[in-house]
Amino acid sequence: MNYSDKVMEHFKNPRNVGEMDSPDGIGRIGNASCGDIMEMYIKVKDNVITDAKFKTFGCAAAIATSSMITEMVKGKSIPAALKLTNQMVVEALDGLPPVKVHCSVLGEDALKSAIDDYLKKTTGKGLEGLKLKNNEAGPGH
Amino acid sequence: MKRIYLDNAATTPTLPSVLKEMLPYFSERYGNPSSLHSFGQEARAAVEAARARLAGLINCQPAEIIFTSGGTESDNAALFGVLYANKSKGDHIITSKIEHHAVLEPCQWLEKQGFKVTYLDVDKYGLVDPAAVKAAITDKTVLVSIMHANNEIGTIQPIEQISTITKEAGVLLHTDAVQTVGQIEVDVDKLGVDLLSLSAHKFYGPKGVGALYVRKGTRLEPYIRGGGQEKRRRASTENVPGIIGLGKAAEIAKAEINERVAHLLPLRDRLIKGILDNIPEVILNGHPVQRLPKNVNVSVKYIEGEAMLLKLDLEGIAASTGSACSSGTLDPSHVLLAIGLTHELAHGSIRFSLGRTNTDKDIDHVLEVFPKIVKKLRQMSPLYKK
Repeated sequence: MNYSDKVMEHFKNPRNVGEMDSPDGIGRIGNASCGDIMEMYIKVKDNVITDAKFKTFGCAAAIATSSMITEMVKGKSIPAALKLTNQMVVEALDGLPPVKVHCSVLGEDALKSAIDDYLKKTTGKGLEGLKLKNNEAGPGH
Repeated sequence: MKRIYLDNAATTPTLPSVLKEMLPYFSERYGNPSSLHSFGQEARAAVEAARARLAGLINCQPAEIIFTSGGTESDNAALFGVLYANKSKGDHIITSKIEHHAVLEPCQWLEKQGFKVTYLDVDKYGLVDPAAVKAAITDKTVLVSIMHANNEIGTIQPIEQISTITKEAGVLLHTDAVQTVGQIEVDVDKLGVDLLSLSAHKFYGPKGVGALYVRKGTRLEPYIRGGGQEKRRRASTENVPGIIGLGKAAEIAKAEINERVAHLLPLRDRLIKGILDNIPEVILNGHPVQRLPKNVNVSVKYIEGEAMLLKLDLEGIAASTGSACSSGTLDPSHVLLAIGLTHELAHGSIRFSLGRTNTDKDIDHVLEVFPKIVKKLRQMSPLYKK
Protein backbone atom coordinates (compact mmCIF):
# COMPACT_ATOMS: atom_id res chain seq x y z
CA MET A 1 0.00 0.00 0.00
CA ASN A 2 1.48 3.32 -1.00
CA TYR A 3 0.66 5.79 1.70
CA SER A 4 1.77 9.41 1.63
CA ASP A 5 4.36 10.57 4.14
CA LYS A 6 1.62 12.55 5.84
CA VAL A 7 -0.52 9.43 6.34
CA MET A 8 2.45 7.50 7.71
CA GLU A 9 3.37 10.38 10.00
CA HIS A 10 -0.15 10.47 11.49
CA PHE A 11 -0.19 6.66 11.69
CA LYS A 12 3.12 6.64 13.55
CA ASN A 13 2.24 9.54 15.83
CA PRO A 14 -1.53 9.78 15.98
CA ARG A 15 -2.87 12.94 17.63
CA ASN A 16 -5.77 13.00 20.07
CA VAL A 17 -5.91 9.29 20.85
CA GLY A 18 -8.01 8.19 23.77
CA GLU A 19 -11.32 8.57 25.48
CA MET A 20 -12.60 11.79 27.00
CA ASP A 21 -13.96 12.43 30.46
CA SER A 22 -17.57 13.59 30.11
CA PRO A 23 -17.59 14.41 26.40
CA ASP A 24 -20.34 16.63 25.04
CA GLY A 25 -20.83 14.38 22.03
CA ILE A 26 -19.88 10.84 21.03
CA GLY A 27 -19.97 9.38 17.55
CA ARG A 28 -19.50 5.71 16.82
CA ILE A 29 -19.33 4.52 13.23
CA GLY A 30 -18.47 1.35 11.35
CA ASN A 31 -18.42 -2.27 12.36
CA ALA A 32 -15.80 -4.93 12.80
CA SER A 33 -16.95 -6.89 9.78
CA CYS A 34 -15.94 -4.01 7.55
CA GLY A 35 -12.60 -3.81 9.26
CA ASP A 36 -12.96 -0.41 10.84
CA ILE A 37 -14.71 1.18 13.77
CA MET A 38 -14.23 4.77 14.78
CA GLU A 39 -15.30 6.46 17.98
CA MET A 40 -15.06 10.21 18.21
CA TYR A 41 -15.53 12.33 21.31
CA ILE A 42 -16.01 16.10 21.24
CA LYS A 43 -16.06 18.89 23.79
CA VAL A 44 -18.12 21.90 22.86
CA LYS A 45 -18.12 25.36 24.41
CA ASP A 46 -20.14 28.31 23.08
CA ASN A 47 -20.92 26.35 19.95
CA VAL A 48 -17.21 25.79 19.27
CA ILE A 49 -15.50 22.37 19.34
CA THR A 50 -12.75 22.92 21.89
CA ASP A 51 -11.40 19.39 21.97
CA ALA A 52 -11.71 16.15 20.01
CA LYS A 53 -10.43 12.67 20.71
CA PHE A 54 -10.78 9.30 19.02
CA LYS A 55 -10.40 5.56 19.29
CA THR A 56 -10.13 3.52 16.12
CA PHE A 57 -10.05 -0.15 15.17
CA GLY A 58 -8.70 -0.19 11.67
CA CYS A 59 -5.87 0.09 9.23
CA ALA A 60 -3.23 2.81 8.93
CA ALA A 61 -5.55 4.92 6.77
CA ALA A 62 -8.34 4.71 9.33
CA ILE A 63 -6.00 5.71 12.14
CA ALA A 64 -4.40 8.56 10.16
CA THR A 65 -7.83 9.82 9.09
CA SER A 66 -9.06 9.83 12.70
CA SER A 67 -5.97 11.67 13.81
CA MET A 68 -6.26 14.26 11.04
CA ILE A 69 -9.96 14.95 11.38
CA THR A 70 -9.71 15.45 15.13
CA GLU A 71 -6.93 17.97 14.47
CA MET A 72 -8.93 19.76 11.79
CA VAL A 73 -12.08 20.05 13.82
CA LYS A 74 -10.60 21.57 16.94
CA GLY A 75 -11.43 25.25 17.27
CA LYS A 76 -14.13 25.09 14.65
CA SER A 77 -17.71 26.21 15.27
CA ILE A 78 -20.37 23.54 14.84
CA PRO A 79 -21.54 24.94 11.48
CA ALA A 80 -17.93 25.15 10.25
CA ALA A 81 -17.20 21.61 11.46
CA LEU A 82 -20.23 20.36 9.56
CA LYS A 83 -18.73 21.72 6.37
CA LEU A 84 -15.73 19.40 6.71
CA THR A 85 -15.88 16.67 4.07
CA ASN A 86 -13.97 13.46 3.70
CA GLN A 87 -12.36 14.94 0.59
CA MET A 88 -10.87 17.74 2.70
CA VAL A 89 -9.42 15.17 5.09
CA VAL A 90 -7.99 13.19 2.17
CA GLU A 91 -6.40 16.36 0.81
CA ALA A 92 -4.96 17.25 4.20
CA LEU A 93 -3.36 13.80 4.26
CA ASP A 94 -1.86 14.37 0.78
CA GLY A 95 -4.17 11.73 -0.63
CA LEU A 96 -5.22 8.17 0.15
CA PRO A 97 -5.04 5.07 -2.07
CA PRO A 98 -8.42 4.65 -3.84
CA VAL A 99 -9.37 1.55 -1.83
CA LYS A 100 -8.80 3.51 1.37
CA VAL A 101 -10.99 6.49 0.65
CA HIS A 102 -13.84 4.85 2.56
CA CYS A 103 -11.75 5.31 5.73
CA SER A 104 -12.01 9.06 5.30
CA VAL A 105 -15.76 8.75 4.87
CA LEU A 106 -15.79 6.96 8.20
CA GLY A 107 -14.05 9.97 9.78
CA GLU A 108 -16.55 12.43 8.36
CA ASP A 109 -19.44 10.24 9.54
CA ALA A 110 -17.97 9.84 13.03
CA LEU A 111 -17.68 13.62 13.33
CA LYS A 112 -21.23 14.19 12.12
CA SER A 113 -22.64 11.61 14.45
CA ALA A 114 -20.70 13.11 17.38
CA ILE A 115 -22.21 16.51 16.55
CA ASP A 116 -25.62 14.89 16.17
CA ASP A 117 -25.19 13.36 19.63
CA TYR A 118 -24.16 16.73 21.06
CA LEU A 119 -27.18 18.48 19.54
CA LYS A 120 -29.53 15.78 20.81
CA LYS A 121 -28.15 16.21 24.30
CA THR A 122 -28.34 20.01 24.26
CA THR A 123 -31.36 20.83 22.12
CA GLY A 124 -33.22 17.54 22.27
CA LYS A 125 -33.10 17.50 18.51
CA GLY A 126 -30.44 15.85 16.41
CA LEU A 127 -28.72 17.08 13.31
CA GLU A 128 -31.29 18.04 10.72
CA GLY A 129 -31.12 15.88 7.61
CA LEU A 130 -28.28 13.77 9.01
CA LYS A 131 -27.10 11.43 6.33
CA LEU A 132 -24.16 9.18 6.95
CA LYS A 133 -22.28 8.42 3.77
CA ASN A 134 -20.87 5.21 5.11
CA ASN A 135 -24.31 3.76 5.71
CA GLU A 136 -25.50 4.82 2.28
CA ALA A 137 -22.90 2.70 0.60
CA GLY A 138 -24.65 -0.43 1.82
CA PRO A 139 -23.21 -3.55 3.37
CA GLY A 140 -19.43 -3.78 3.44
CA HIS A 141 -19.17 -0.04 2.61
CA MET B 1 18.14 -0.82 11.07
CA LYS B 2 18.44 -4.56 10.57
CA ARG B 3 15.57 -5.84 8.48
CA ILE B 4 14.01 -9.22 9.23
CA TYR B 5 12.19 -10.95 6.43
CA LEU B 6 9.32 -13.10 7.70
CA ASP B 7 7.24 -13.28 4.55
CA ASN B 8 8.74 -16.34 2.91
CA ALA B 9 5.29 -17.67 1.98
CA ALA B 10 4.98 -14.66 -0.33
CA THR B 11 8.36 -15.09 -1.93
CA THR B 12 11.95 -16.04 -1.15
CA PRO B 13 15.24 -14.60 -2.33
CA THR B 14 16.89 -16.31 -5.28
CA LEU B 15 19.98 -18.05 -3.95
CA PRO B 16 23.26 -16.64 -5.30
CA SER B 17 24.24 -20.12 -6.56
CA VAL B 18 20.92 -20.31 -8.44
CA LEU B 19 21.43 -16.89 -9.98
CA LYS B 20 24.97 -17.84 -10.96
CA GLU B 21 23.73 -20.80 -12.99
CA MET B 22 21.06 -18.69 -14.65
CA LEU B 23 23.24 -15.78 -15.75
CA PRO B 24 25.03 -17.34 -18.75
CA TYR B 25 21.65 -18.17 -20.29
CA PHE B 26 20.79 -14.55 -20.82
CA SER B 27 23.61 -13.25 -23.01
CA GLU B 28 26.06 -16.06 -23.67
CA ARG B 29 24.02 -19.22 -24.15
CA TYR B 30 20.99 -17.43 -25.47
CA GLY B 31 19.91 -20.02 -28.02
CA ASN B 32 16.30 -21.05 -28.49
CA PRO B 33 15.92 -24.67 -27.35
CA SER B 34 13.79 -25.37 -30.42
CA SER B 35 16.63 -24.38 -32.79
CA LEU B 36 18.59 -27.20 -34.37
CA HIS B 37 21.99 -25.48 -34.38
CA SER B 38 24.53 -25.66 -31.60
CA PHE B 39 23.18 -22.53 -29.88
CA GLY B 40 19.80 -24.19 -29.64
CA GLN B 41 21.24 -27.52 -28.62
CA GLU B 42 23.12 -26.16 -25.64
CA ALA B 43 19.97 -24.42 -24.43
CA ARG B 44 17.95 -27.60 -24.99
CA ALA B 45 20.47 -29.68 -23.04
CA ALA B 46 20.33 -27.21 -20.14
CA VAL B 47 16.52 -27.22 -20.08
CA GLU B 48 16.44 -31.01 -20.05
CA ALA B 49 19.03 -31.16 -17.27
CA ALA B 50 16.86 -28.79 -15.24
CA ARG B 51 13.85 -30.98 -15.91
CA ALA B 52 15.73 -34.00 -14.58
CA ARG B 53 16.77 -32.09 -11.45
CA LEU B 54 13.21 -31.05 -10.74
CA ALA B 55 11.98 -34.59 -11.41
CA GLY B 56 14.49 -35.75 -8.82
CA LEU B 57 13.03 -33.44 -6.20
CA ILE B 58 9.43 -34.62 -6.56
CA ASN B 59 10.22 -38.20 -7.60
CA CYS B 60 8.72 -38.30 -11.07
CA GLN B 61 9.90 -38.91 -14.62
CA PRO B 62 11.36 -35.84 -16.37
CA ALA B 63 8.79 -36.29 -19.17
CA GLU B 64 6.03 -35.77 -16.63
CA ILE B 65 7.07 -32.14 -16.03
CA ILE B 66 5.70 -29.18 -17.99
CA PHE B 67 7.46 -25.90 -17.32
CA THR B 68 5.13 -22.94 -16.85
CA SER B 69 5.31 -19.30 -15.83
CA GLY B 70 4.53 -20.12 -12.19
CA GLY B 71 2.08 -21.58 -9.74
CA THR B 72 -0.92 -19.66 -10.99
CA GLU B 73 -0.47 -20.83 -14.55
CA SER B 74 0.10 -24.39 -13.38
CA ASP B 75 -3.18 -24.34 -11.45
CA ASN B 76 -5.08 -22.83 -14.37
CA ALA B 77 -3.52 -25.28 -16.83
CA ALA B 78 -4.35 -28.25 -14.61
CA LEU B 79 -8.00 -27.32 -14.11
CA PHE B 80 -8.83 -26.22 -17.64
CA GLY B 81 -6.60 -28.88 -19.18
CA VAL B 82 -8.18 -31.79 -17.33
CA LEU B 83 -11.79 -30.60 -17.52
CA TYR B 84 -11.70 -29.89 -21.25
CA ALA B 85 -9.80 -33.09 -22.04
CA ASN B 86 -12.41 -35.15 -20.19
CA LYS B 87 -15.58 -33.40 -21.30
CA SER B 88 -17.06 -36.65 -22.57
CA LYS B 89 -16.51 -38.29 -19.17
CA GLY B 90 -17.98 -35.71 -16.87
CA ASP B 91 -18.20 -32.12 -15.77
CA HIS B 92 -17.72 -32.10 -12.02
CA ILE B 93 -14.81 -30.76 -9.94
CA ILE B 94 -14.37 -31.12 -6.20
CA THR B 95 -12.20 -28.58 -4.43
CA SER B 96 -12.09 -26.85 -1.04
CA LYS B 97 -13.10 -23.45 0.24
CA ILE B 98 -9.55 -22.62 1.28
CA GLU B 99 -7.78 -23.08 -2.05
CA HIS B 100 -5.60 -20.33 -3.45
CA HIS B 101 -7.41 -17.93 -5.79
CA ALA B 102 -5.40 -19.51 -8.61
CA VAL B 103 -7.67 -22.55 -8.16
CA LEU B 104 -10.86 -20.88 -6.95
CA GLU B 105 -11.17 -18.30 -9.71
CA PRO B 106 -10.65 -20.78 -12.57
CA CYS B 107 -13.27 -22.98 -10.84
CA GLN B 108 -15.70 -20.07 -10.73
CA TRP B 109 -15.07 -19.38 -14.41
CA LEU B 110 -15.57 -23.06 -15.25
CA GLU B 111 -18.93 -22.89 -13.47
CA LYS B 112 -19.91 -20.11 -15.84
CA GLN B 113 -19.02 -22.43 -18.72
CA GLY B 114 -21.44 -25.03 -17.39
CA PHE B 115 -19.13 -27.18 -15.27
CA LYS B 116 -20.19 -28.08 -11.72
CA VAL B 117 -17.97 -27.39 -8.75
CA THR B 118 -18.27 -28.62 -5.17
CA TYR B 119 -16.42 -26.45 -2.66
CA LEU B 120 -15.77 -28.55 0.43
CA ASP B 121 -15.84 -27.08 3.90
CA VAL B 122 -12.84 -27.41 6.19
CA ASP B 123 -12.70 -27.87 9.95
CA LYS B 124 -11.50 -25.24 12.41
CA TYR B 125 -7.88 -26.18 11.68
CA GLY B 126 -8.39 -25.88 7.95
CA LEU B 127 -8.41 -29.62 7.28
CA VAL B 128 -10.39 -31.19 4.46
CA ASP B 129 -12.13 -34.37 5.57
CA PRO B 130 -11.26 -37.22 3.15
CA ALA B 131 -14.67 -38.74 3.88
CA ALA B 132 -16.27 -35.54 2.58
CA VAL B 133 -14.28 -35.90 -0.64
CA LYS B 134 -15.56 -39.45 -0.99
CA ALA B 135 -19.12 -38.39 -0.33
CA ALA B 136 -18.94 -35.62 -2.92
CA ILE B 137 -17.75 -37.85 -5.78
CA THR B 138 -20.42 -38.60 -8.39
CA ASP B 139 -20.24 -40.47 -11.68
CA LYS B 140 -19.71 -37.08 -13.32
CA THR B 141 -16.67 -36.18 -11.21
CA VAL B 142 -13.53 -35.74 -13.26
CA LEU B 143 -11.12 -33.97 -10.95
CA VAL B 144 -10.44 -33.36 -7.28
CA SER B 145 -8.17 -30.38 -6.55
CA ILE B 146 -7.01 -29.97 -2.96
CA MET B 147 -3.96 -27.94 -2.02
CA HIS B 148 -1.05 -29.69 -0.30
CA ALA B 149 -0.61 -26.97 2.29
CA ASN B 150 -2.41 -23.71 2.76
CA ASN B 151 -0.48 -20.54 2.05
CA GLU B 152 -2.13 -18.52 4.80
CA ILE B 153 -2.55 -20.83 7.76
CA GLY B 154 -0.02 -23.50 6.84
CA THR B 155 -2.29 -26.49 7.38
CA ILE B 156 -1.06 -29.59 5.55
CA GLN B 157 -3.85 -31.65 3.98
CA PRO B 158 -4.11 -35.46 4.16
CA ILE B 159 -3.41 -35.83 0.44
CA GLU B 160 -2.36 -39.51 0.77
CA GLN B 161 -5.75 -40.38 2.22
CA ILE B 162 -7.56 -38.35 -0.39
CA SER B 163 -5.63 -40.02 -3.22
CA THR B 164 -6.61 -43.46 -1.95
CA ILE B 165 -10.20 -42.36 -2.44
CA THR B 166 -9.72 -40.73 -5.84
CA LYS B 167 -7.82 -43.75 -7.18
CA GLU B 168 -10.56 -46.07 -6.05
CA ALA B 169 -13.16 -43.87 -7.70
CA GLY B 170 -11.16 -43.44 -10.89
CA VAL B 171 -11.03 -39.68 -10.47
CA LEU B 172 -7.97 -37.52 -11.12
CA LEU B 173 -6.32 -35.67 -8.24
CA HIS B 174 -4.53 -32.34 -8.56
CA THR B 175 -2.70 -30.64 -5.72
CA ASP B 176 -1.38 -27.12 -5.50
CA ALA B 177 1.97 -27.77 -3.84
CA VAL B 178 3.32 -24.25 -4.26
CA GLN B 179 3.82 -23.93 -0.49
CA THR B 180 5.38 -27.35 0.04
CA VAL B 181 7.78 -28.17 -2.79
CA GLY B 182 11.32 -27.54 -1.58
CA GLN B 183 10.08 -27.03 1.97
CA ILE B 184 8.84 -30.40 3.11
CA GLU B 185 9.10 -33.74 1.38
CA VAL B 186 6.96 -33.86 -1.74
CA ASP B 187 6.88 -37.21 -3.52
CA VAL B 188 4.22 -37.52 -6.21
CA ASP B 189 4.01 -41.28 -5.78
CA LYS B 190 3.68 -41.19 -2.00
CA LEU B 191 1.08 -38.46 -2.31
CA GLY B 192 -0.62 -40.40 -5.10
CA VAL B 193 -1.46 -37.30 -7.12
CA ASP B 194 -1.98 -37.11 -10.88
CA LEU B 195 -1.17 -33.43 -11.22
CA LEU B 196 0.85 -31.09 -9.02
CA SER B 197 1.58 -27.35 -9.28
CA LEU B 198 4.78 -25.77 -8.07
CA SER B 199 6.55 -22.44 -8.26
CA ALA B 200 10.28 -21.68 -8.21
CA HIS B 201 10.29 -18.43 -6.26
CA LYS B 202 8.73 -20.03 -3.18
CA PHE B 203 11.86 -22.12 -2.68
CA TYR B 204 14.77 -19.84 -3.47
CA GLY B 205 14.43 -19.90 -7.25
CA PRO B 206 13.53 -17.04 -9.56
CA LYS B 207 10.09 -15.50 -10.09
CA GLY B 208 8.18 -16.14 -13.30
CA VAL B 209 8.80 -19.86 -13.58
CA GLY B 210 7.06 -22.92 -12.22
CA ALA B 211 5.97 -26.34 -13.34
CA LEU B 212 3.02 -28.64 -13.61
CA TYR B 213 3.62 -32.30 -12.94
CA VAL B 214 1.30 -34.46 -15.04
CA ARG B 215 1.34 -38.18 -14.39
CA LYS B 216 2.08 -40.23 -17.52
CA GLY B 217 -1.11 -41.13 -19.32
CA THR B 218 -3.14 -38.22 -17.96
CA ARG B 219 -5.04 -36.47 -20.73
CA LEU B 220 -4.54 -32.74 -20.75
CA GLU B 221 -5.85 -30.13 -23.17
CA PRO B 222 -3.15 -27.47 -23.69
CA TYR B 223 -3.83 -24.22 -21.90
CA ILE B 224 -1.48 -22.19 -24.11
CA ARG B 225 -1.37 -22.95 -27.83
CA GLY B 226 0.88 -21.77 -30.61
CA GLY B 227 3.94 -23.99 -30.73
CA GLY B 228 5.36 -27.43 -30.17
CA GLN B 229 7.22 -26.71 -26.93
CA GLU B 230 6.80 -28.98 -23.90
CA LYS B 231 5.53 -31.74 -26.20
CA ARG B 232 2.75 -29.44 -27.42
CA ARG B 233 1.37 -29.22 -23.89
CA ARG B 234 2.52 -25.65 -23.32
CA ALA B 235 3.43 -23.46 -26.27
CA SER B 236 5.83 -20.51 -25.99
CA THR B 237 9.59 -20.30 -26.18
CA GLU B 238 10.98 -21.69 -22.96
CA ASN B 239 12.04 -19.28 -20.21
CA VAL B 240 15.50 -20.80 -20.34
CA PRO B 241 17.22 -18.82 -17.56
CA GLY B 242 14.18 -19.27 -15.32
CA ILE B 243 14.01 -23.00 -15.97
CA ILE B 244 17.74 -23.34 -15.24
CA GLY B 245 17.12 -21.46 -11.99
CA LEU B 246 14.20 -23.70 -11.08
CA GLY B 247 16.34 -26.78 -11.75
CA LYS B 248 19.17 -25.52 -9.56
CA ALA B 249 16.78 -24.49 -6.77
CA ALA B 250 15.30 -28.00 -6.94
CA GLU B 251 18.70 -29.61 -6.71
CA ILE B 252 19.62 -27.53 -3.65
CA ALA B 253 16.24 -28.17 -2.05
CA LYS B 254 16.64 -31.92 -2.43
CA ALA B 255 20.02 -31.80 -0.71
CA GLU B 256 18.84 -29.44 2.05
CA ILE B 257 15.28 -30.53 2.70
CA ASN B 258 15.79 -32.32 6.02
CA GLU B 259 18.04 -29.54 7.22
CA ARG B 260 15.46 -26.92 6.25
CA VAL B 261 12.71 -28.63 8.21
CA ALA B 262 14.97 -29.22 11.21
CA HIS B 263 16.01 -25.56 11.19
CA LEU B 264 12.50 -24.12 10.91
CA LEU B 265 10.48 -26.31 13.27
CA PRO B 266 12.04 -25.08 16.53
CA LEU B 267 11.96 -21.45 15.32
CA ARG B 268 8.31 -21.76 14.38
CA ASP B 269 7.34 -23.35 17.65
CA ARG B 270 9.29 -20.79 19.68
CA LEU B 271 7.61 -17.95 17.86
CA ILE B 272 4.13 -19.44 18.31
CA LYS B 273 4.70 -20.14 21.99
CA GLY B 274 6.30 -16.76 22.55
CA ILE B 275 3.38 -14.92 21.03
CA LEU B 276 0.71 -16.97 22.80
CA ASP B 277 2.50 -16.70 26.16
CA ASN B 278 3.32 -13.01 25.98
CA ILE B 279 0.22 -11.51 24.41
CA PRO B 280 -3.19 -12.09 25.97
CA GLU B 281 -6.19 -12.85 23.78
CA VAL B 282 -4.36 -14.18 20.73
CA ILE B 283 -5.36 -17.32 18.87
CA LEU B 284 -3.28 -19.54 16.61
CA ASN B 285 -4.80 -20.04 13.17
CA GLY B 286 -4.27 -23.37 11.45
CA HIS B 287 -3.37 -26.79 12.74
CA PRO B 288 -1.07 -26.90 15.78
CA VAL B 289 1.08 -29.75 14.43
CA GLN B 290 0.03 -30.60 10.90
CA ARG B 291 1.38 -27.32 9.60
CA LEU B 292 4.18 -26.00 7.43
CA PRO B 293 7.47 -25.63 9.32
CA LYS B 294 7.66 -22.02 8.16
CA ASN B 295 4.14 -20.88 9.05
CA VAL B 296 2.97 -18.87 12.03
CA ASN B 297 -0.47 -17.27 11.75
CA VAL B 298 -2.26 -15.67 14.66
CA SER B 299 -5.30 -13.48 15.15
CA VAL B 300 -4.90 -10.71 17.68
CA LYS B 301 -8.17 -9.61 19.20
CA TYR B 302 -9.34 -5.98 19.07
CA ILE B 303 -6.84 -4.74 16.48
CA GLU B 304 -6.48 -4.79 12.74
CA GLY B 305 -3.85 -6.61 10.66
CA GLU B 306 -2.65 -3.93 8.30
CA ALA B 307 -1.93 -1.60 11.21
CA MET B 308 0.10 -4.39 12.87
CA LEU B 309 1.90 -5.15 9.61
CA LEU B 310 2.91 -1.53 9.07
CA LYS B 311 4.00 -1.07 12.70
CA LEU B 312 6.14 -4.21 12.33
CA ASP B 313 7.52 -2.87 9.06
CA LEU B 314 8.54 0.34 10.81
CA GLU B 315 10.58 -1.91 13.12
CA GLY B 316 12.12 -3.67 10.13
CA ILE B 317 10.00 -6.82 10.36
CA ALA B 318 8.23 -7.98 7.19
CA ALA B 319 5.02 -9.96 7.75
CA SER B 320 1.65 -10.42 6.05
CA THR B 321 -2.03 -10.23 6.98
CA GLY B 322 -5.38 -11.67 5.93
CA SER B 323 -7.11 -8.43 6.77
CA ALA B 324 -9.24 -6.93 4.03
CA CYS B 325 -7.52 -3.65 4.59
CA SER B 326 -4.37 -4.90 2.94
CA SER B 327 -5.95 -6.74 0.06
CA GLY B 328 -7.62 -3.92 -1.77
CA THR B 329 -10.85 -5.90 -2.00
CA LEU B 330 -12.31 -5.06 1.43
CA ASP B 331 -13.06 -8.74 2.01
CA PRO B 332 -11.00 -10.46 4.66
CA SER B 333 -9.28 -13.72 3.84
CA HIS B 334 -11.64 -16.44 2.57
CA VAL B 335 -9.42 -18.97 4.32
CA LEU B 336 -9.83 -17.40 7.75
CA LEU B 337 -13.58 -17.10 7.29
CA ALA B 338 -13.73 -20.75 6.16
CA ILE B 339 -12.08 -21.94 9.38
CA GLY B 340 -14.80 -20.11 11.28
CA LEU B 341 -13.16 -16.89 12.37
CA THR B 342 -15.37 -13.86 12.86
CA HIS B 343 -14.74 -10.93 10.54
CA GLU B 344 -13.08 -9.11 13.41
CA LEU B 345 -10.61 -11.93 14.03
CA ALA B 346 -9.96 -12.37 10.32
CA HIS B 347 -9.15 -8.67 10.11
CA GLY B 348 -6.86 -9.10 13.09
CA SER B 349 -4.69 -11.81 11.57
CA ILE B 350 -0.98 -11.65 11.03
CA ARG B 351 1.25 -14.20 9.32
CA PHE B 352 4.96 -14.68 9.86
CA SER B 353 6.56 -17.11 7.40
CA LEU B 354 10.09 -18.17 8.14
CA GLY B 355 12.94 -18.96 5.80
CA ARG B 356 16.35 -20.59 5.69
CA THR B 357 18.29 -17.57 6.94
CA ASN B 358 16.11 -16.73 9.94
CA THR B 359 17.71 -17.18 13.32
CA ASP B 360 16.80 -17.40 16.98
CA LYS B 361 17.81 -13.76 17.23
CA ASP B 362 15.16 -12.82 14.68
CA ILE B 363 12.55 -14.58 16.79
CA ASP B 364 13.84 -12.79 19.91
CA HIS B 365 13.44 -9.48 18.12
CA VAL B 366 9.87 -10.21 17.03
CA LEU B 367 8.97 -11.33 20.54
CA GLU B 368 10.40 -8.14 21.93
CA VAL B 369 8.75 -5.78 19.46
CA PHE B 370 5.41 -7.40 18.65
CA PRO B 371 3.81 -7.36 22.12
CA LYS B 372 4.54 -3.63 22.37
CA ILE B 373 2.92 -2.98 19.00
CA VAL B 374 -0.14 -4.94 20.05
CA LYS B 375 -0.38 -3.02 23.29
CA LYS B 376 -0.13 0.33 21.55
CA LEU B 377 -2.76 -0.51 18.95
CA ARG B 378 -5.07 -1.94 21.58
CA GLN B 379 -4.86 1.29 23.55
CA MET B 380 -6.16 2.96 20.43
CA SER B 381 -8.96 0.46 19.84
CA PRO B 382 -12.57 1.15 20.82
CA LEU B 383 -13.11 -2.61 21.06
CA TYR B 384 -10.51 -3.05 23.77
CA LYS B 385 -12.07 -2.25 27.14
CA LYS B 386 -9.38 -3.06 29.66
